[in-house]
Amino acid sequence: MRHVISLLIENEAGALSRVTGLFSARAYNIESLTVAPTEDPSMSRITIVSVGSDDIIEQITKQLNKLIEVIKVVDISEAAHIERELMLVKVRATGKDREEMKRMSEIFRGRIIDVTETTYVIELTGNTAKLDSFIEAIDRSLILETVRTGVCGIGRGDRILKV
Amino acid sequence: MVLTGAEIVIRCLQEEKVEYVFGYPGGSVLFIYDELFKQDKVRHILVRHEQGAVHAADGYARSTEKVGVALVTSGPGVTNAVTGIATAYMDSIPMVIISGQVPTAYIGQDAFQEVDTVGITRPCVKHNFLVKDIQELASTIKKAFYLAQSGRPGPVLVDIPKDISAMKCEYAYPKSVPMRSYNPVTKGHQGQIKKAVQLLLEAKRPMIYTGGGVILSDAADKLIKLVKQLGYPVTNTLMGLGGYPATDKQFVGMLGMHGTYEANMAMQHCDVLLAVGARFDDRVIGNPANFAEVPRKIIHIDIDPSSISKRVKVDVPIVGDLPEVLDDLSKLIAASSDRPDEKAVKTWWKQIDEWRGKDCLKYDRKSKIIKPQHVIEKLYEVTKGEAFVTSDVGQHQMWAAQYYKFDKPRRWMNSGGLGTMGFGLPAAMGVQLAHPGSPVACVTGEGSIQMCIQELSTCKQYRLPVKIVLLNNGFLGMVRQWQQLFHGNRYAESYVDALPDFVKLAESYGHVGMRVEKPGDVEGALKEAFKRKDDLVFLDFAIDPTENVYPMVQGGKGLTEMILSEEL
Repeated sequence: MRHVISLLIENEAGALSRVTGLFSARAYNIESLTVAPTEDPSMSRITIVSVGSDDIIEQITKQLNKLIEVIKVVDISEAAHIERELMLVKVRATGKDREEMKRMSEIFRGRIIDVTETTYVIELTGNTAKLDSFIEAIDRSLILETVRTGVCGIGRGDRILKV
Repeated sequence: MVLTGAEIVIRCLQEEKVEYVFGYPGGSVLFIYDELFKQDKVRHILVRHEQGAVHAADGYARSTEKVGVALVTSGPGVTNAVTGIATAYMDSIPMVIISGQVPTAYIGQDAFQEVDTVGITRPCVKHNFLVKDIQELASTIKKAFYLAQSGRPGPVLVDIPKDISAMKCEYAYPKSVPMRSYNPVTKGHQGQIKKAVQLLLEAKRPMIYTGGGVILSDAADKLIKLVKQLGYPVTNTLMGLGGYPATDKQFVGMLGMHGTYEANMAMQHCDVLLAVGARFDDRVIGNPANFAEVPRKIIHIDIDPSSISKRVKVDVPIVGDLPEVLDDLSKLIAASSDRPDEKAVKTWWKQIDEWRGKDCLKYDRKSKIIKPQHVIEKLYEVTKGEAFVTSDVGQHQMWAAQYYKFDKPRRWMNSGGLGTMGFGLPAAMGVQLAHPGSPVACVTGEGSIQMCIQELSTCKQYRLPVKIVLLNNGFLGMVRQWQQLFHGNRYAESYVDALPDFVKLAESYGHVGMRVEKPGDVEGALKEAFKRKDDLVFLDFAIDPTENVYPMVQGGKGLTEMILSEEL
């Protein structure tokens, strides 16, 4: 099962490596990982997407909680939540493909944020499935480069992860 | 008051009432050593290898309720210490390691004797710190001591760059160091404790299984009270020996890979299992799938939530400090109108006594060659069961665990988790320093002892009268045993050729050496050795090289699939 684990951690040098080190040492899987400071700069928030049985996910959350610098851990995918990911795609945009790319970008509610005579950079946000479908929908041979941030997530409604 | 970083380090150690620092000097820690030199409250023990320093601090910690402290220099000082740190981590031993680091400005430049200490030790410490600001030095050391001994204990490393130890700043030792991210639970959940009491009192075939947590949290008294109150059988893990008196009739022996027949059978066939400060590891329950074949209700008390339901599904998890939780259990049981099911428990005991009847630890007592079991039994008799016993890793370790009956906690020091050969002698030094005048024995093998043999020199310098009980079979015995049983008698590299003359070796370090070759001489030699209260005596026992440790559960098999000595 796929799980989205959110955690608050002290914003200190080396804290991230404790998290990633834990995953590799215990052979847990990381699909994606995002990290940035929160509104309180002394804390960072990490979102990890991992795949594993319920037992493994339970161990992951317990082991994360055990790290001294980790303040709080929540498996936000246990209940209603929102996931978003940002993708930048650089595509070849010449001749008839130029118009087609613009159209596809509009359909997926993307934005073209860099234009040259031969290329576009398209910015797209959404959940993982949406970004995947965009890649599927356009002509693969026109993709020059893609970069994705990985998932960040937040609980819906009253579910709040805060100290 | 304004102090240098090095002065602050020593002040902090004094504030923490540290008696001994085990260490080895080097470039990056010279300022700290200079300050050590200028005072006499904290005594420094100069080892001969950094691994020895950490094991000695470890032995000191295991045999007391205090934090062990080691001091090493940067680079090779740290890498040599890593085995010791990992050993302490696996067994949750409270320890603070202070390491020197190259000056701040040199970090990352591949400077002389530079390693990424925080990176190298990260997976084998409870926590570690690199001190980059002298203002944070005192509070970091305070945090290190607090972390090392609270919650589930463990080693904490503080890496101090050389320039930080020379800088000056205003010093004040903080009384406490609140950490929003670290709040270990101590009080067990009352609802869960109630459920546990109910299960325990309804049990038909109850079993109590306790581990190193009982020793580390000083919960032995509370455990004994609870076990006596219930009248149920109790087993200890290798790490938990001494947590319950081995000579008591409710004790069914150690369990696990080399546990007794009765302990393993009872563990497998019980219907309610109370696990106390133990973690169901592979050497204890064997294959979890086999273990799960018999349905049973499991109550698991541990300070570390991640130890619960890690290898075995638990029905009643209780996270908390053992003495508190065991006390709560005792009180609730006393207050309850229910009583244990006497009839069922009597039948269960009958079954256990039948298993006991197998006498799984019997061995050939008429042998003309010295049997290792005989040596340990005599060691037990000669020391009246009062010795502090350290061991290395291998057959001798198992024989010591099986045949020395530990009645008290903190008397048995061994590397149970990491299985570190070389642990025994330096650990015995730490134990002897913590308990001057008490008998300390290091049970070892000719393979293990050579892994930290250099510490004989340290023992001479500080006059540590450790008694080394070497069970010499000329083989890496446990390796040979596995090769005999599972690899078609092909003894690949397990025969140790060209052994030193241990008597002369001991003498060359300035100690007393004795070689014992006949069963009839074992007792006399041990008596003679322990009579020499001021001498380190190195006893080299020529034991039967074909002797194996039984019972044995092969790795990956179920607990009841034991190989017994009589079956061979």
